[in-house]
Amino acid sequence: MPAVLDEDWRNGGFGLYVHWPFCQAKCPYCDFNSHVSREIDQSAWVRAYLSEIARVAEETPGRVLTSIFFGGGTPSLMAPETVAAVIDAARAHWPFSNDIEITLEANPGSVEVGRFAGYRDAGVNRVSMGIQALNDADLRRLGRIHTVAEARAALDVARSCFDRVSFDLIYARQDQTMDAWRTELTEALEMALDHLSLYQLTIEQGTAFGDRYNAGRLRGLPDDDLSADMYLVTQELCAKYGLPAYEVSNHAAPGAESRHNLIYWRYGDYAGIGPGAHGRITQGAVRYATESIRAPAAWLQAVSRGTGECVRMPLSPQDQGSEYLMMGMRLREGLDIERYAHLSGWPLPQPRIDRLLELGMIRISDRRVMATDAGRPVLNAILRDLLVD
Amino acid sequence: MTDLAHIRNFSIVAHIDHGKSTLADRLIQETGTVQDRDMKEQMLDAMDIERERGITIKANTVRLEYKADDGETYILNLIDTPGHVDFAYEVSRSMRAVEGSLLVVDSTQGVEAQTLANVYQAIDADHEIVPVFNKIDLPASDVSRVAEQVEDVIGIDASGAIAVSAKTGQGIHEVLESIVHHLPAPKGTRDAPLKAMLVDSWYDAYLGVIVLVRIMDGVLKKGERIKMMQNGSIHHVDRIGVFRPQMEAVDELGPGEIGFLTASIKQVRDTRVGDTITHEKKGCERPLPGFKPSVPVVFCGLFPVDSSEFEDLRDAIEKLALNDASFSYEMETSAALGFGFRCGFLGLLHLEVIRDRIEREYDIDLITTAPSVVYHIYMRDGTMRELHNPADMPDLTHVDHIEEPRIKATILVPDEFLGDVLKLCQDRRGIQEELTYAGSRAMVVYDLPLNEVVFDFYDRLKSVTKGYASFDYQMTGYREDVLVKMQILVNDEPVDALSTMVHRDRAEMRGRAMVEKLKDLIPRHMFKIPIQAAIGGKVIARETLSALRKDVTAKCYGGDATRKRKLLDKQKAGKKKMRQFGKVDIPQEAFISALKMDS
Repeated sequence: MPAVLDEDWRNGGFGLYVHWPFCQAKCPYCDFNSHVSREIDQSAWVRAYLSEIARVAEETPGRVLTSIFFGGGTPSLMAPETVAAVIDAARAHWPFSNDIEITLEANPGSVEVGRFAGYRDAGVNRVSMGIQALNDADLRRLGRIHTVAEARAALDVARSCFDRVSFDLIYARQDQTMDAWRTELTEALEMALDHLSLYQLTIEQGTAFGDRYNAGRLRGLPDDDLSADMYLVTQELCAKYGLPAYEVSNHAAPGAESRHNLIYWRYGDYAGIGPGAHGRITQGAVRYATESIRAPAAWLQAVSRGTGECVRMPLSPQDQGSEYLMMGMRLREGLDIERYAHLSGWPLPQPRIDRLLELGMIRISDRRVMATDAGRPVLNAILRDLLVD
Repeated sequence: MTDLAHIRNFSIVAHIDHGKSTLADRLIQETGTVQDRDMKEQMLDAMDIERERGITIKANTVRLEYKADDGETYILNLIDTPGHVDFAYEVSRSMRAVEGSLLVVDSTQGVEAQTLANVYQAIDADHEIVPVFNKIDLPASDVSRVAEQVEDVIGIDASGAIAVSAKTGQGIHEVLESIVHHLPAPKGTRDAPLKAMLVDSWYDAYLGVIVLVRIMDGVLKKGERIKMMQNGSIHHVDRIGVFRPQMEAVDELGPGEIGFLTASIKQVRDTRVGDTITHEKKGCERPLPGFKPSVPVVFCGLFPVDSSEFEDLRDAIEKLALNDASFSYEMETSAALGFGFRCGFLGLLHLEVIRDRIEREYDIDLITTAPSVVYHIYMRDGTMRELHNPADMPDLTHVDHIEEPRIKATILVPDEFLGDVLKLCQDRRGIQEELTYAGSRAMVVYDLPLNEVVFDFYDRLKSVTKGYASFDYQMTGYREDVLVKMQILVNDEPVDALSTMVHRDRAEMRGRAMVEKLKDLIPRHMFKIPIQAAIGGKVIARETLSALRKDVTAKCYGGDATRKRKLLDKQKAGKKKMRQFGKVDIPQEAFISALKMDS
């Protein structure tokens, strides 16, 4: 049994997340760690990433790397040489799995598209494009600096460079009707290859949208009933087009799921490097949550003095159980009941499980518990029930 | 001891936010009573709740020494009084302890409701009144308009009014001079037997009960034996002194003086506001007029949200009761809420203040059940039972009839709002007794059931009259009426803590209002929840809370795990603040909010 605990992360695998914190413009809905900067010294960033990779590799010797993910920010602002240097350094420190997935988030602008071939040559084999909407007026409201025509062109280039291409849309937007979304989603499904991320617009505090919302100036947002209906329609349409949901907001043809994101949801280990990046690293019997310094300049400076990390917190069994529950229940495959009990030191609360089963919110199959189609839209309510008091 | 000619006793009458506390602060500062470095805002409001709500619950007092322009030094005693109808009796006692009042009116706002209620108390007490128009530093200030209003509405001479800015200090000197020259000196005879009014009292952990007194006649000295005339109890005075505003011992208190005594009294209960204190031997013959024992008129249940905190709640309630004679309590058990206390209060503000103090000072989350008045249940066997809690309503087959307490309510209101006030009183089952005019103001007297007033009448009155009505009431007695117990069922299960007594004719309306309110107060669950009001077995109103349809985090990746987990933990903690009834979580505030009516 102790062996199981030590190695729990193996159930989810091991990946590397690289955060590039710069954007050309800040989107009003985005609460990620992104900054607008004119002068970026790419060589300084290469040095810093390499130093951080060396540092985390020392803590995770011999692990097989199953994924690298360049997120941001806008990683498609990275020079292909920068991306190549990071991938090469990772390869030098960890053995790559044969089917390693290397994803880069890209903006569908014309400049970025010119770098796609360079990314492919650097080793990137999957792109995830932030298209967000398929009409220009809404793109402008979302603060996006590309057009639908540019997005379509970018997608074509991406398909010619990479085997695996995904894109994101944001829906339940201001003044969006059900019919408009149905039409837009159908169009998107016609364009899609084998993976789509479909997010309902969420108003986060500390963003331009958040401020406008607080001031009562963000109008036309759908009410709960309409957004619930939109979510249902999204599930139906995607399934019809062969891209069923494998997670709350992610859809893929079987086998085309994002391996990197599955590491998070299956609660594996991941090293996070770059400004503000989070990680989960198991050492001995302890799983740590790590965080890096958020401000880019401060992070660069800290790395030059040895480490960009500013938080390293051991997670209690209860915290780990909560995280596994919170992440695992997002997946259609759900979570492993015994693994949960091992991890948290406590079984799932039976009376509440029974009640949720009775309500049809969850089901149990093959020693796994998962949200039903009825339960997934109210997952937070299920989680509040199941989290340990 | 100071001779009477050099004493002035006064209170400050003002509406909330008109600057009473700031003016008091300035007077304290101007007379050098407190060093500048020791000054803090609202010197006299001791409790956080008083400071936050801008209300005074306990009478506070400060003794100022002022060297006037005539070269003489005067002792000025300021009593700061509570300003709410719940504490009307306490206010009246404080008013009787002084000879004059400063009437503070915000010169940008004008006269408002609360000003009136208190200024009439001052007039009743035969006060000399000096109008003080505050906030003249603001551009919107209009002193002549406010002066006119004071003369028209209140009917007092505003020619001696003083324009001040308590903020900048402008006019403060004139206020002090006016106190000396316009307010009368107190009267009293030094050689007469001791006669002192008990103005207020509170508990101090080190000194026991501190009693605030105004000496009417005679002299009080340390070491003497005194008698409380109401209950005849005898105490040995171990300390006397004055507030500056901190306690300062003095050798004696003579006629006209205001100060404190301690006498190893253990409970505030033994010291009744308005009581007369005299010497054990050779005491005065007759007590001061106007004493009324305080009787709780509103009852409600207080239960800990977390049932394991019952003992902490008991501790908190016992400690608060030490310092508040008007608050009563006894243990109560509820099927849904477990162990708690049935508590009695002077009114709803009093209830809210006690509840806030328990939550804040003792850190206990509370569920407060529907407030109720005391009903008299006449049984078929000829006996009478007092009903403090609708949950205890006996089986109707044994009940002959029910009587409820009634009050005489006096409301003063500007003409333009009269219609709304009459409608409100009518809606609350009022019977009009009097309607008279004084200038553009109407005075209406209504006979109302206390049950209709106790809860949100005052709030409604303020809202329909934009704060321009003043309101006071007295209990008049009990009268029979057709009263029924209304139950609320949530998800088909009765919630006893939401049971109320209502008049049969108003039951449908109240029931409908309550279930609608509850529909908004209870968060959506994963299933739909029927909410019903019923009398006996008959449902009279019903709403259905539809099931939760959407509550999921759209994005949750590696970088979100920590934050989202903390968010869920926080929501989970919020859920703990709710009480589970069957399968439904009901938020603690629902028990009170459900009763508030919008009309």
